[in-house]
Amino acid sequence: MSKLATSVPRRTFVQAGLALGASQVIGAPFIIKARGEEPVKIGMVNPLTGVLSALAQSEVDGAKYAEAEINKKGGILGRQVQLLVEDSANDVGTGVQKTRKLIDRDQVDVILGDVNSGIAYAMSQVTNEKKVFHVVPGGHTDPITGTNCKWNVFRVCNTTTMDASAITPELVKRFGKKWFFITPDYAYGHTLQDAFVKALTKLGGTYDGDMLPINNTDFSATLIKAKAYKPNVLLNNMGGLTQINCMKQFTQFGMQKEMALGGALFELESIKGCPPDAQTGWWTMEWWWNQPNVPEVMKFVADYRAANNNKTPSARDWFGYVSVQTVRLAAEKAKSLEGPKLAAALEGLELPPDVALQPGKVFYRAGDHELMPNIFVGEVHPPKGDASDVFTTAELVAGEQAAGSVADTGCNMVRPT
Amino acid sequence: MAQVILFNVTNGLIIGAFYVLMALGLSLILNLSNVINFAHGNFLALGGYLAFALSPTLGYWGALLVSPLLTALIGLLVERLMVRRIYNRDPVYSLLLTFGLAFVMQDAARYIWGPNGLPLGLPDILAQPITQNLFFITWYRVFMVTIVIVSVIGLFAFLRYTRVGLRIRAGTFDLETVSTLGINVRNLRTFNFAVGCMLAGLSGVLAAGQIGLNPNMGDELLMPSFIAIIVGGVGSLVGTLFGGLLIGMAAALTTVFYPAASEAVIYAIMMAVLLLRPRGLVGEEGMMS
Amino acid sequence: MTTALVAGKETGASAEQLAAARRVLMLIAIWGALITVPLWLPLLGGYTALAGRVLVFGLAAMGLNMLLGFTGVLSFGHAAYFGLGAYGAGLTLRYLVHSTPLAMLAGTLLGGLAGTLFGLLIVHRRGVYFAMCTIAFGQLWYYLAYSWNSFTGGFDGLRDFHREAIGFGPLRLDIESGGTTFYFFLLGVFAVGVALMGFLLRSPFGRTLLAIRENERRARFLGIPVEQHIWLSFSISCFFTALAGTLYALLNNFADPLALHYSLSGYFLVMTVIGGMRTFWGPLLGAAVFVVLQDYISSMTVNWMSFIGVIFMAVVLFFPRGLLGARRRGAA
Repeated sequence: MSKLATSVPRRTFVQAGLALGASQVIGAPFIIKARGEEPVKIGMVNPLTGVLSALAQSEVDGAKYAEAEINKKGGILGRQVQLLVEDSANDVGTGVQKTRKLIDRDQVDVILGDVNSGIAYAMSQVTNEKKVFHVVPGGHTDPITGTNCKWNVFRVCNTTTMDASAITPELVKRFGKKWFFITPDYAYGHTLQDAFVKALTKLGGTYDGDMLPINNTDFSATLIKAKAYKPNVLLNNMGGLTQINCMKQFTQFGMQKEMALGGALFELESIKGCPPDAQTGWWTMEWWWNQPNVPEVMKFVADYRAANNNKTPSARDWFGYVSVQTVRLAAEKAKSLEGPKLAAALEGLELPPDVALQPGKVFYRAGDHELMPNIFVGEVHPPKGDASDVFTTAELVAGEQAAGSVADTGCNMVRPT
Repeated sequence: MAQVILFNVTNGLIIGAFYVLMALGLSLILNLSNVINFAHGNFLALGGYLAFALSPTLGYWGALLVSPLLTALIGLLVERLMVRRIYNRDPVYSLLLTFGLAFVMQDAARYIWGPNGLPLGLPDILAQPITQNLFFITWYRVFMVTIVIVSVIGLFAFLRYTRVGLRIRAGTFDLETVSTLGINVRNLRTFNFAVGCMLAGLSGVLAAGQIGLNPNMGDELLMPSFIAIIVGGVGSLVGTLFGGLLIGMAAALTTVFYPAASEAVIYAIMMAVLLLRPRGLVGEEGMMS
Repeated sequence: MTTALVAGKETGASAEQLAAARRVLMLIAIWGALITVPLWLPLLGGYTALAGRVLVFGLAAMGLNMLLGFTGVLSFGHAAYFGLGAYGAGLTLRYLVHSTPLAMLAGTLLGGLAGTLFGLLIVHRRGVYFAMCTIAFGQLWYYLAYSWNSFTGGFDGLRDFHREAIGFGPLRLDIESGGTTFYFFLLGVFAVGVALMGFLLRSPFGRTLLAIRENERRARFLGIPVEQHIWLSFSISCFFTALAGTLYALLNNFADPLALHYSLSGYFLVMTVIGGMRTFWGPLLGAAVFVVLQDYISSMTVNWMSFIGVIFMAVVLFFPRGLLGARRRGAA
């Protein structure tokens, strides 16, 4: 267990001492001895303060859990892992500064972050310039593995295209083709709606909708308009707290009697912030903890709860966990921590079952560096027994199937020579 | 179409009523003490969180009553211990003090109650729409507007008809003379600050029922309050009242035609006022200049 | 009596010489420290990008201080001009021409002109009302930046531009890589800005501003056109802050809406107050303290906001004259 920045765990000294002793016997050169004592440093930049702090904190929890697990099993390439976490405070200037700090001063080998897509992108410019391996656990904007893809950047969470394409057929099949969108007016909202529209029109659907300010709190006008339109499904594309408010007002107005409710992401952290009658609708989860058919998952959830004060892992915890494990997997395959070698090793790499924690083949697509997991499509409902049992999976859609081709994403990967 | 517009006007008044409550507290503190309370949004959040903490024991109605009073008490302590020391100095110091206070309060809220959003449970009768046809007007909205109307009337009555209210109003015009007349100006300011915080706390409880609780909830409501004060006229409570209603209505009406611009219109109104009538719609010449 | 007069004149002269000597020494110390930053900062656990940030914020705060400390007028919306400078530079580099000097010019003009025009509107107001209007005006630009998605990149910020190397042929200054070269570029621009500012403040114009700060009514009685001077001071300070903003865009290769938000305005004010509101170099020192503290504390704990907030409040309550201000006794 390590703290926020600099303390080296006692275990490292003990293991270093053993390594020193062993190397004396074998007679290895001095340089390798010194390296064996130095930890593999992973720098994580996330908005621990600000509106995204709940999601960011979960990612950090997952990453720390992975760090502890890896260290228990001997570390990466025989060296202990040290996770250094910095707060980007949801501000780009700070995020970039912290990235520089981690790379220049702390000499980290790998960078993780940020939940805020804008900051993730700005960070990727720094990591690309300095040729440092960069994994984005939870920043959703499509260009990161699309038009702005970079050879050193990989992403764990889905693109909006993946989420939208995964759930559209299910919603059309169950409820119908006439939809109404409520979308926030910024890059994430736009790409999400565009993805939905593309998938919907391919199935012959029709739609209408409203673009609202990001921080909109009152949805009455839009909901009245939706009611008059009489759609089969209302798509709630709002994020964070505005999504919760939209849900609440939707159910307060009794509209669930007239139309279905759906969308892409409705994260566990947000669901828990809703009153029970607003915990409804059809959504995608990028990972879900309740998979009774997969033994690795049940074990993971049990162990995670034990280590984290009975907290049930959400998709965000899983993102953080996978990000750190990804570093280990890439390093073990490349036998190095150099950026270009790690990147080359990770392309096409398939996650083992105890990291993927879901059925099927989960891998990093070589063309755009996007992780291809399953997308869990299902229904949100009030808790059944366990407080976190708020989602029931109806279908698993393969990520690659929902993602479209690499050419569709607009990614033109330029690899280092 | 006419029905849609009518609805939106009603909705606008509801939104505006809420801005009014927030802005009045801010205006009260501004007028008498010359302090821009940057932590006002945080007092709002505090009021909401206290209601959340109290409602298991006192129920919703109890929390609604007690939480604003507690918020006022905390505001009183803040004023007494910190704000009071810097009244006679350059205004930059009071700004920075409340600015720093806002940081501490926001972080404290996140530390105590966590970064996740929390719901504030409403009594069942409030969560229903009032009729089937008017489904979008829930009893809670009616309740909110009623509380705001009662509070505003109460505030103006207090200022008009009680001795303390009279002193506050006089102090807004000329604090020095009021002091010369033998009135304890320091206590007056403390009391005024507490009342302002009480209004913020009440806004918080009402807001929490509508949009839920989170540590950043006050930030988004702070700017519209500022604008309501500028539009109405700095130094005038009646102006703040009109300013709040005006921007609430403008935002709601814009949502009908061009939803993405519903926030922009508030700023547009502010710029128009600054350009054409800088003292505000109801503001008095010479006030606060 | 003549002896006393002569003696007095002599001691007066040497006091002046002492003050001048002290000033020269201080300048040598400051510039010496700034120039050798890449040498000593990493030894203390810092990194060169940190120093770059200090310079940029320091310049912005010094611009603000021209208005606040030297003219006595409070603006709580100066981040708007800082952000406009950043966006101006970024937009130029992205849409118009790949030239760093032109981008800097465009950004500075954008921020400076916006401030100049706005100043005209509110120059007759004072005190708290003036401050409120500056806050609201600043938020207007913040709102525009995060809503105008197609042009400014909206909420996610303006991306896809980067600082370009300056010059041509053998005279190229390659600042693209962002290391020590870029730091010295920043220092160079900072030096020019500071020299200009110092020149302005020492001129009769600057002296008039001081007079207005000390006693506005008396200045008016002396026939000084007070409003005009305040407006000019406001305008010039906006230009300097906008220049700092262009440097910020170049530092990050990014411009985001938070660079326009009133919280950044608050930070500039705090830097100015911590360093010493009425001194020339105070804001730079305040910027250094603030940036280093924030960097250090936010690595230690998630609750860094509480610490920073408490420090703000402590400075306001107990050290209002700031670090450099406490050493002076009355002399302006």
